[in-house]
Amino acid sequence: MAAESRTSPGANAPGSLPATRRRFFAQGETRGYIHPYLGGALLGVVLFLAFFITGNGLGASGGLNNIIGFVQDLIAPDHMDRVPYLVKIAGGDKNPLDSYLVFVVLGAILGGFASGWRNGRVKVETIRGPHITPRTRWAMAFLGGAIMGYGARFARGCTSGQALSGGAVLSVGSWAFMFAVFGGAYGLAYALRRFWL
Amino acid sequence: MTPFPLDLPALLGHWGQYVVYLAIGFGFGYVLESSGFGNSLKLARQFYFRDLTVLKVMFGAIVTAMVLIFAATGLGLLDYNAIWVNPTYLWPGIVGGLIMGVGFIIGGFCPGTSLVSLATLKLDGVFFVLGGLFGIFLFGETVDSFAAFWNSSYMGRFTVPDWLDLPVGVVVLGIVLMALFMFWGGEQLEKRFGGKDLKREPKARYAGAAVLALAAASLIFIGQPTTADKWQAISAEKEPLLAERSVQIHPGELLDAQHDDSVKVIMLDLRNEVDYNLFHIAGARRVSIEELPGLIPDLLLEPSNTLFVTMSNGEEAATEAWQLLSAESVPNVYILDGGINGWLDVFASADPGLRKSLAAVESDRLSYEFDLALGARSPAATPDPHEFDLEYTRKVQMELKRGPAGGGCG
Repeated sequence: MAAESRTSPGANAPGSLPATRRRFFAQGETRGYIHPYLGGALLGVVLFLAFFITGNGLGASGGLNNIIGFVQDLIAPDHMDRVPYLVKIAGGDKNPLDSYLVFVVLGAILGGFASGWRNGRVKVETIRGPHITPRTRWAMAFLGGAIMGYGARFARGCTSGQALSGGAVLSVGSWAFMFAVFGGAYGLAYALRRFWL
Repeated sequence: MTPFPLDLPALLGHWGQYVVYLAIGFGFGYVLESSGFGNSLKLARQFYFRDLTVLKVMFGAIVTAMVLIFAATGLGLLDYNAIWVNPTYLWPGIVGGLIMGVGFIIGGFCPGTSLVSLATLKLDGVFFVLGGLFGIFLFGETVDSFAAFWNSSYMGRFTVPDWLDLPVGVVVLGIVLMALFMFWGGEQLEKRFGGKDLKREPKARYAGAAVLALAAASLIFIGQPTTADKWQAISAEKEPLLAERSVQIHPGELLDAQHDDSVKVIMLDLRNEVDYNLFHIAGARRVSIEELPGLIPDLLLEPSNTLFVTMSNGEEAATEAWQLLSAESVPNVYILDGGINGWLDVFASADPGLRKSLAAVESDRLSYEFDLALGARSPAATPDPHEFDLEYTRKVQMELKRGPAGGGCG
């Protein structure tokens, strides 16, 4: 990523906050990412602590599933009570937000923000390959997201909940899933190289 | 009993437990973002062999967590049966994985990484999350049209050591060595396709690899606790329950539980086939004590309102099964008080043809005589709870099992 020097607009402007406090809340200087092996080891420790303390692994798509279920339940509660798959999420007076997965998702967003803020990476921008427009990138992101969301529910878990968590506790299905994800992505990568390289 | 996982709802309350999950999610998001997973270009370059951060972080995390988890279970700190192991639905998992791979290369994220991208205000991440929510919505609306496939090739709690029939330590070491080999291969690819200078990579990574491999190898020597070890660890706590007879339930309590819609009753009949064919309680499943350990992964996946009742002619075999199931952390296991003989003593009047044996019977032998193998066709196998006005002390206290409520990502 571009290692541009970062001085957020208004950081030096006179404000009501004292200077030290302003510095504390100001976004940190842009720094590079940590080494992937260090990232892997730290993520492994987080994953271990999740299992060790709670017995559950990590997850992302499950929490999003409950959040979308909550929205659907607000709009069409009868529909939620009729479709077998949706009943499990928000049937009757079941509150879809009453799930640990929702809190893992909220925590992940907060944690991602905290790391981005500390390392000067919170910035409105569109990250894309050099040969496509932001608009194309947005369309791809939405389409890819939709396919990903669909596939994640199909596989009963995403990269975090199946591959990472299930892989670490040696579930056979999670390992098969993980190779399928890499297989699908590598299989199509060459055809889509124009979008990324 | 193993101290971990913690019983969070009991410690912190129903909503209080979510603070822990929030903190875990925070760590998850923080590390993902710090590793560069909020950047779709960095993620996508994985698939062009330019930057193998995805592979390194993912497999690095899996092997680190795996070694720590099985060290903790091997040392008796963590109960493997109380942690969530994603049940295997082989083909839906593979098809879903392929779909996700396609979505990954088109969209540039997986669901977890898109969250941290959104958190750092990357617009592509925002669109991906919106798309992801739409895809999840679409799945919920369409899954019923292919529910049969989606629920197919179910293999339950099926682990790699079960599949390969190898000790856990050997499997863990094998996976660690495979991951180290993949890291080495990944670095070679980065050098070739990404023009990376490997000389500038930190030397400490060799030390890290050595520590990981040694830790994995030591798991082979630590081993994993056997059922006997686990019983040893909890016997001081559980033996008094047997002695006080607080886990032996009256036949009437079992009958009432069978007719209680809020409880799922699983009856495990430990007797031999001959006795089982002569008479058994309707719905009871015959299982030998030798077969029981193989059944445990399935029992652990039963819903939390499941009541397990073990039974034999008397109580001997049923008690042995109770000890085994308790050692393996199966929740809510009880013994039928007096066994099948006890059941028949209470309900024999439902079947006028039943004869109590006059000869003295040895322990754990059937004390009734049958001319025909009635199985569950005797009216005493399905007594009507309204015909019997029984008085007994209720002993069943349904407990939620510690750890996962049955979730994971799915």
